This record gives sequence, structure tokens and C-alpha cells, in this order.
Amino acid sequence: MKHEHAKTATQNACKLCNPLGACLAFRGIENCVPFLHGSQGCATYIRRYLISHYKEPIDIASSNFHEESAVFGGSHNLKIGLKNVSEQYKPEVIGVATTCLSETIGDDVPGILREYRKEYKNGTPMPILIHASTPSYQGSHIDGFHAAVHATVKALAVKGTPQKLINLFPNMVSPADLRYLKEILGDFGVPYMMLPDYSQTMDGGPWGEYHRIPPGGTPASTIATAGGAMASIEFGSTIEASKSAAGYLDVMFGVPAYHLPLPIGIKGSDKFFSLLETLTGDRRAEKYEDERRRLVDAYADGHKYVFDKKVIIYGEEDLVIGMTAFLREIGMVPVLCATGGKSGLMKKRIGELVPDMDELGIKVREGVDFVDIEDEAKTVQPDFLIGNSKGYTMSRKNNIPLLRLGFPIHDRFGGQRMHHLGYRGTQELFDRIVNTVIEQRQNASSIGYTYM
Amino acid sequence: MDSIGILEGRQKQIFEKKSGATQADIACDTSSLSGSVSQRACVFCGSRVVLYPVADAIHLVHGPIGCAAYTWDIRGAVSSGPELHRLSFSTDLQEMDVIYGGEKKLYKSLIELIEQYKPKAAFIYSTCIVGLIGDDIEAVCKKVARETGIPVLPVHSEGFKGTKKDGYKAACHALMQLIGTGSTQDISKQSINILGEFNLAGEAWIIRQYYEKMGIEVVATLTGDGRIDAVRRAHGATLNVVQCSGSMTWLAKEMEEKYGIPYIRVSYFGIEDMSKSLYDVAVKFPERPEIMDAAKQIVSEEVKTLYPSLQKFKKALTGKKAAIYVGGAFKTFSLIKALRSIGMSVVLAGSQTGNKDDYARLKEMCDEGTVIVDDSNPVELSKFILEKGADLLIGGVKERPIAFKLGIGFCDHNHERKIPLAGFVGMYNFALEVYQSVMSPVWQFAPRKGGSL
Repeated sequence: MKHEHAKTATQNACKLCNPLGACLAFRGIENCVPFLHGSQGCATYIRRYLISHYKEPIDIASSNFHEESAVFGGSHNLKIGLKNVSEQYKPEVIGVATTCLSETIGDDVPGILREYRKEYKNGTPMPILIHASTPSYQGSHIDGFHAAVHATVKALAVKGTPQKLINLFPNMVSPADLRYLKEILGDFGVPYMMLPDYSQTMDGGPWGEYHRIPPGGTPASTIATAGGAMASIEFGSTIEASKSAAGYLDVMFGVPAYHLPLPIGIKGSDKFFSLLETLTGDRRAEKYEDERRRLVDAYADGHKYVFDKKVIIYGEEDLVIGMTAFLREIGMVPVLCATGGKSGLMKKRIGELVPDMDELGIKVREGVDFVDIEDEAKTVQPDFLIGNSKGYTMSRKNNIPLLRLGFPIHDRFGGQRMHHLGYRGTQELFDRIVNTVIEQRQNASSIGYTYM
Repeated sequence: MDSIGILEGRQKQIFEKKSGATQADIACDTSSLSGSVSQRACVFCGSRVVLYPVADAIHLVHGPIGCAAYTWDIRGAVSSGPELHRLSFSTDLQEMDVIYGGEKKLYKSLIELIEQYKPKAAFIYSTCIVGLIGDDIEAVCKKVARETGIPVLPVHSEGFKGTKKDGYKAACHALMQLIGTGSTQDISKQSINILGEFNLAGEAWIIRQYYEKMGIEVVATLTGDGRIDAVRRAHGATLNVVQCSGSMTWLAKEMEEKYGIPYIRVSYFGIEDMSKSLYDVAVKFPERPEIMDAAKQIVSEEVKTLYPSLQKFKKALTGKKAAIYVGGAFKTFSLIKALRSIGMSVVLAGSQTGNKDDYARLKEMCDEGTVIVDDSNPVELSKFILEKGADLLIGGVKERPIAFKLGIGFCDHNHERKIPLAGFVGMYNFALEVYQSVMSPVWQFAPRKGGSL
């Protein structure tokens, strides 16, 4: 294939690095401090990047590598760092994620943590130490996210007496989505263990004083019960087996694992609700029937605006897959499904949900950057783009509207409060999509209709 | 002062001005403590911010994707022409590159990017692991420079090899390779370079206009709205005018040594410092008294319109208290003065990278009871902000949510700003922003004002 631009370098990346995802996931554990084993800059850049989306303070500690640490190993710095964080933050959990630096010099982090527990067992508070391996030269931020969730479950879950408990691994979704999921599980009246849960830590209320660690998150004691759950539900169909928390619980404790795509769209949401009904033996609450009815009604009201509209959707693989299924059920054509990730599974998974993808001309590309997407846009001529804020550069340059969702939303307000999942999230997405089309038409019209 | 459990190693980086207190020097110029949540970044960050605004060069980050992704189009540094600086290029090193080395990928990336974008130069930033895997960046750069005919400059910015300041120095070192390679023909005797001005929201244009109005030629701005050809002939200027001293003093000193160009430190924030930066330049050209006349003329005209427009803000803000935590200490000095001119006092002042002299001067300037911090963190900053009852925090992106969580106003004085705060017009914008944030009625709902939690 002939490309119009330089291919070797990544230009305007459509992904972030591994440790970012881990920090976010660790933020979803109660009383936990994310800790990066590497240079100061990693923690600072990631904090800055997360803050610009969530508008919340986020403290990420760092072992602040210096030249000596790079030469002689980061063991000393890591231990001092853990001690300092333990004393100053008094956390229950420290989530240690590695960086390209500590991985490249080959620090044996599990070994160092074992030593630390021994050396500091007297006199210092001893938090639970979790280690996720997140070298930035592998995968992208979503891999770090799953690695941290997996590492947490591995560190904390124990074989418990089987109980009526559902584990939910929601994937990297918004705080608003997480709140909605908790509402659903709450309404089913079933005890649950959702990990991570940064619905409050990354979107909370005002403070009277500074909280070293913001309130919220799933308690370590709840995570410990995951081994005795009756089932695990994991959103996402591209998670590597070695990073699947649900898979781990299945293998280790025989907790049945149910893998669902992100529940976006009516069919996707139906699957999720049906599964909950099967697992709990209860019907969904009437209000969800209502949400569904309103959504079906809205589809009817808005269908003509969106039918056959061509879009490019980009982002994390599982978000793209979930969105693609939804876009197909409203008659839109995602002419390009793109991701910076490289799971190797996206095309297969989309094919499972959209069997006629080839006839429809749906193209799937992994490992792309925004310059690749821009090149594709020249051929596929989309009506608009759907994805995070980072597509704005090409959106503006090529005069293609951008509908923002996912992470990061750096150029609009309220990204943390956007819904994507379930009937409610689908409703919000559908309204926004229809309005994008209407606005486009209205602006393009020379008449200036006041109702469309 | 240790009720919040200030880390043992940090106590010397905090100082509260009290009469009769021992005047111990504040500890600074140190690396951040392991495990503290510093507001600082790394060596790479220092290099990246300094060189970022050079708009007709490509900036290739050699390493895994993060460093390039997090610095893609993040500064408000604008260009009047090419905008290559707003693109993000990375060698995006993968595991195999880490094992077998990244030189080939770097070489190929460079050749392709230069072919596609036709830049005037290329800066290659090395990140943490590049040194470890043993890539010979210098050799690759030399080879590519030979083959493409443009300067290809390595920037040794491995994140862990020092602090942000070392990154500034690495960037300045790269700039020194360019300076002296252009023709200085036709450069006026009355000429300057503007150093340490990054053209955030067009600030360099404002400053440049003042100097040009005075009859002074501006040879190069380093690096705001930067152009490689201008940098190459910067050694033809008579004087270097340095703002953001933290990042550019090293370059000024090098240029003084190598080309005999003297330098002065200035600041463009606030009426007082802005005016002074025009006068201080004018006195360097005594052979042309009309320059000083023009400077006086500019100041008098600007102040005549600015001063009355500030009174509304001053009236509202008198008695309000501010906390300042920014990158460089020099900026802190100006902000203290600027805040005073609109009736506000400063209860906390600090910087990420100030040096001993800076802090000594800060102590002198500050009022009784002001807390001075070096390389602080959110816990400390919050403690002092609440304790001192600040109504405003001035800082960057990472400080913003701290202020808003605690329910106090905030003024963004960092790389991302979209409104110019420098120059006389900048003083107006600054006062307006402070006013709009401090006086907002939304704070009535904040817990510190009695709102419910």
C-alpha cells in the first residue's frame, strides 16, 4: 500500500502510554495512592493529562530516578519513596506501576516489594503493595489499565465461601458510566464488587481541606471477596488473557467469567441486562424498561437524520467495537474503525457483531496515528468523526466535524460526566449524534430554518 | 509548621518570614525527594518547553510514546508562520527496539519526516531509556544532517539525568549549535535578542512591538515564534534581554563568553517590571537618546490608558490575599508587584526551580508572615493556602484543581494560557482574570465559606 506520509515515526499519536492507564485504575481503589517507579516527569505529565480531563487533583507519587538509580537499580529509591508515601499519605494501598525506565534496567519490583515489607515491618504503617508491570514500550494506556486491575485482583482476591456477589470489571469508562453501573447493580439488589471505581475520586464534590487521597473507590476488603463471587462480568473483548481479571478469578477460584463488549446500543445493553437477570434471577427494574422504551422511541424519531451517515470512529479498541455495534443499529456506517492499540483482535470482534462489515465497506485499522486516520479520511470522506479531543487537529484541518467522547476530552467541558453505556448512555450518545447532523444541516442551509 | 507531616527531607525547602526568625537559606536546587508528589517534571520537560516554540523545525521525541503524546500541542506558543511545532513526532519505541536498539528507527524516521515536512532543522530529544539502550544519537544526527543538509541537533534530555533545569541547559546547548552559523550582515548596532519569551498567546509579539517602536531591532526571539534562520544570526545582536531567567540564563552567559554580548534580566509582567524592561534596554544604547525618549513615551501612553482601567479591579480586590506557585522565581517577583498594584497581598510565594539568590530576594520582598516554598506539593500548598486564607492561587495546570477543590479563585500563569498576560495589555488581562475568578459568586457555596460538604 502506498502511503502519503512518513511511516516510521508515529505522528500525532492515537494512544497514550501504559502507566497512564494504571494510574487511573489505581485511582479506583479506596484509599490508594498510584506510584510510578521511574522519572519524575512520568508522574507529572500523567497528572497533568488526567487533570485536564477530570478537573480533579490527582496525586501520583514517583520514585524520582536519578543517574545512580539508573546505574545501580531503583531499589533504594523505590523503598524510600514507599516509606515517604506511607508516612505522608497513610494509604491503605499503594499501586506501584513501572515505567519504561525501571523496566529497561530490569528492576525486580516484586522482589523489592518483598524486601520492603520485611525491612519496614516495624514502626512504619504498612500499606498493601500492588505491582503492575507497565512498560511504556509495550501496548498503550489501555493495557496499563487492565494490567493494574488484574494485578489488584491477583494481589487481593482470596478464595471465599461462595456468595451472591457479582464482580464487574467495567473497563476504562467515564465516572458517569461508573455511577450508572452502580445504580443498575444497586437496583438489582445484588451485592457487587466493581473495579475500578473512580466515579467519586475523579469526579467528586468540594473539599473543606485538602485530601491527600480523595474519598471514594472500591475498598480493598471488598476486592478480597471477589474470589467468592458467583460470577464476573468483564466489559471488553480485546483484553489479553494474561490481563483479564475475570479470567484470573475463573482460573484461580472457579468464578465463572462473562465477557461482554462495552454495552453501547440497545442490543449491547440488552445483553448486559439479560445477563444480570439470569445471574440474579430477578427482573430489571421498571425504570430501565422505561429507559429502553424511550430509547426505541428516540431511534424512531431520529432515524432519518442518521441513516447512511458515514463516520470515522477511533479510540481504545473496546470503545470502538462497542460504538461500531451501536452505530450499525441506527443505520450509520463506521467507514473506518481505528485505534492506536495493537491487540490484533479488533477486526475479528467487529466482525462478530457486524457480520456484513465487508459488504458495508467497514475498514478496521489497528496501530494507527492521527496522520494515518487523516489519510484514510481523504478516501472514505466521512460526514463526521467520533472520538476523543485529540482528533480535533485533523477535524479542523479537513473541516470534518468531531463528536467528542471517551478519553481525553481536553477541549470541552464535562468529559467526566458523559455517559456512554447502557440505555441511558446510548440515549445521550444518540441525542448528541442526531444534533451533530442537525447542526451541520442547519449551518449549511442558506435559509436558516428555525426548526429542523 | 510540620502539623501536616511535612516530609523530613523537605523542611528546609519551606520558610515563613517572621521578624526575629533566623534567616536560614532556603534549600533549593535539589532533586525532588522520592515518594513526594512534586509539581516538577523532568529533564525532558525542561528541554521540550524551551525548544517547543521553534516553529519551522521538527521536534522528534526518541523513546516510547508517552513523552511525545503528553507534549503534543500543549503550549499556547503561537507562530506567525509555519506550525511544525504543533505536531507530535515520536519514534514510538517498542520492545524489540529496546532490545536491539533504536538507531535504525531513528534514522529512518528522520529521513522520512524531513522529506515530508521540509523543516529548517530537526531537534531530537532523547528520553529515559535511550541512554540505557546505548543508541548513539550523535552519530545518527550527524549522518542525517550530512544527507539532508539541515542541522539535526541532539538534545540530551534523558528524564532522570538531573532536574528540569538540566533540561533547559540541554536545550540551550542545542541552540548554541545554531547560533553563529548565520550572517550578521545588516544587523543594526541598536539591536537585541529577546530570550526566555515563548510567545504564549502572542506575548512575544507585544514585547517585540514595544522594542521596535523604540527604534531597536529585534534579531531573534528565543524561542517564541522561533525561526531557525533567526536563531542562526542571534550572535549579531548587541544585547541579550532575558526573561524566564531559569531557562535561558545559561544561554545568555554562553553568548556573552563566546560573542561578547552582555545580557540583562527583565520581566514583562506588571506595570512596574514592564516599564523597567523598556528603560533597562534603552540605557544600554546611550548613543541614541531618542530610544530612551521613545521608551518613556510608550510607558506614559500605555499607563495613561491602563491605569484608570485597573481601578475598578483594585477597588474590588483590595485586601484580598494571593498565593503564588509558578515555575520560575523571577516570575514570582513580578507577580507580587503586579498583585500589589491591584490591592492584593501575597501570603504564599514559591517556585519549582528558584535558586538561592532568588529566594533571598523573595524573602526581602515578601511581607511579614508570607510562606516561601521551593519544589512544593499539593498537600503543602493546600495547607498554607487554607491557613493563610488565600482568595487566589496563581499557578499552572496541576495547581488549578487544588484551588477549585478548596473553593478559591485561580489564575493560570503557565504554558497553556490563551490570553496574553505580558506587557501593558497583559497587565489588564491579568487583573481582569484575577477579578473574574476572585469575585465570582460561586465561592459562596464552597465549604470554606460555610457551604456544605
